[in-house]
Amino acid sequence: MGPETVINSLRQQITSCESQLQDLKRQLAEAEYQSQQQRSNLQSEQSEHCAPYPLAYDFSHGVHDDFRAEILAALSQPEESIPSPKRWPLDPNEYKRYGRQLIMPEIGLQGQLRLKGASVLIVGVGGLGCPAAAYLVGAGVGTVGLVDGDTVEESNLHRQILHSAARVNMPKVESAMIALHSLNPNVDMVPHHGRLTPETAVSTFQPYDLVLDCTDTPASRYLVSDTCVLLGKPLVSASALRTDGQLMVLNYPPRPPGDTAGGPCYRCVFPKPPPPESVVSCGDGGILGPVVGTMGVLQALETIKILTRGPSALSDGLASPDPPSLLIFSAYANPMFRTIRLRTRKPKCAVCSTHATITPEVLNSGSLDYVQFCGTINPIDVLSSNERISAENYAKIRLDVNPFTGLEPSKDSHILLDVREKVQFEICSLEGSVNIPFSTISSTPADDCKGTATETGLESGWVSELRQHTDKPIFVVCRLGNDSQITVKKMKELGLDNGGQRWIGDIRGGLRAWRHNVDRDFPDY
Amino acid sequence: MSEAKNDGTIAITVEFSGGLEMLFSNERKLSLTIPGKDENGAKTNIAFLVRHLCNTVMKDPRKELFVLDDTVRPGILVLINDADWELEGEDKYEIEEGDNILFVSTLHGG
Repeated sequence: MGPETVINSLRQQITSCESQLQDLKRQLAEAEYQSQQQRSNLQSEQSEHCAPYPLAYDFSHGVHDDFRAEILAALSQPEESIPSPKRWPLDPNEYKRYGRQLIMPEIGLQGQLRLKGASVLIVGVGGLGCPAAAYLVGAGVGTVGLVDGDTVEESNLHRQILHSAARVNMPKVESAMIALHSLNPNVDMVPHHGRLTPETAVSTFQPYDLVLDCTDTPASRYLVSDTCVLLGKPLVSASALRTDGQLMVLNYPPRPPGDTAGGPCYRCVFPKPPPPESVVSCGDGGILGPVVGTMGVLQALETIKILTRGPSALSDGLASPDPPSLLIFSAYANPMFRTIRLRTRKPKCAVCSTHATITPEVLNSGSLDYVQFCGTINPIDVLSSNERISAENYAKIRLDVNPFTGLEPSKDSHILLDVREKVQFEICSLEGSVNIPFSTISSTPADDCKGTATETGLESGWVSELRQHTDKPIFVVCRLGNDSQITVKKMKELGLDNGGQRWIGDIRGGLRAWRHNVDRDFPDY
Repeated sequence: MSEAKNDGTIAITVEFSGGLEMLFSNERKLSLTIPGKDENGAKTNIAFLVRHLCNTVMKDPRKELFVLDDTVRPGILVLINDADWELEGEDKYEIEEGDNILFVSTLHGG
């Protein structure tokens, strides 16, 4: 980090602290004012109660009662012009702040009071949680709890709108609280630092009326859903990846396990977790900010709809509005939105049916391993050590004599094959490297009887191209060093190593290792 | 919906969402004509369609990202005319002319 960046960052931090301080001072003033109001109201009530019977004590204070009443009325005028909390159900500033939604029949005074009396838990303060929290806090939900164990990273900022450049490395919960507090100091914010675990889930969820699943792994999604079913909380669940998003309102109405009138849970819809190799994270697959933002905003919307329907709808759910559905958002499809009808509760669901095996006791005991249930991918390690080269040693080949061929360093002494997708290759690449995307490689059928495809001319272009230069060793590189190993294996299966005569291997740790150990300036995206 | 055509085939629309399109040459929507009867002469159902997609339509060799144990893998929702296939008899649902079958992979990012 250059000195200017440090200066800028410090400036920003000071600005942020100052605005926080200002905010706190304003809150203090408000609180002091309110407590003063309450005291004076109490006093005037007491004096009313003790007020003597007017006729009996006409001259008791040396001044005629009528006259005295007039003086007192004049003196207390300024106080009376401010409506007491009893007179108006919302605070004065709340009428103004929420005025634009208050005048809508969907909300109205009753709806606003329901929002104010409600408590909502947001699990995950990332791309979904940030916009969801912003709108719920803005709308005046009384209590908002935030759960997250991560810290803010620079690569979060394009979509996680509550965080800021000045708050990189700060815990996400803390960063979000600062932003939300400056947005609406009327809302009670409850921080829950750390990742949700089966042991803590029940006690964390207990005090809230409704839960938003804004997490990013299958394991956490099952845990959040199970806990909501066991505690009878409606769940507003969303997810997003690349240009697509999905939204479901689950366990709504939140009937007890075994009651078929309750809404389906995540396990009803997805009884078995997906194979771990099919799960793609935003870090690997990419995510467009407004796509995940759209889904988070829709979560806030569904939450407001449920909360303003009133407590009866929350608990007995008789007024259950829509049948269970899944909203699919595809930013690049036409139309962008579509709604699918979902199943009802699954008669043999492991958590919400009469056959349920998951109970609060089981959850609290910690004996359920959600990570194991969803499976994990072992780090890829399919090559032997002589099929791999470190980034430093590959750098030597580019600069020194090639130990495999004895040739002077030159671009032509070997083939450097970069198997990242084309769009990533175009962001940055090593000079002289050739790009064959991993998707092309993995969609090439493995050749069972070597050579037949060559003879019949049906072989993929990239394979026959690489076959032409039989003398040059091939170095395969990717982003992190996983796809490169699979590629080396596949190329050998395709016979590109000429029965072992040509060296094919990968650069261990990929371009990340290259940046770490060889070229610090190579872009880190 | 009308009966199968004279040549015994039925025309349907198959759609992919949530990343599954990547396994099908990045096509989100396919108009397919499939046999009206399966190998045993029974009316074509979803189970047959899944086999047909896997064997005939899908070029990507990573079949395990679509099918596991002879059915659609966990984490994929099958929707028949915009309704969960669980509401329609799952893979035993007999496909009709003009049906829209949507395969959605669940997303987990957030």
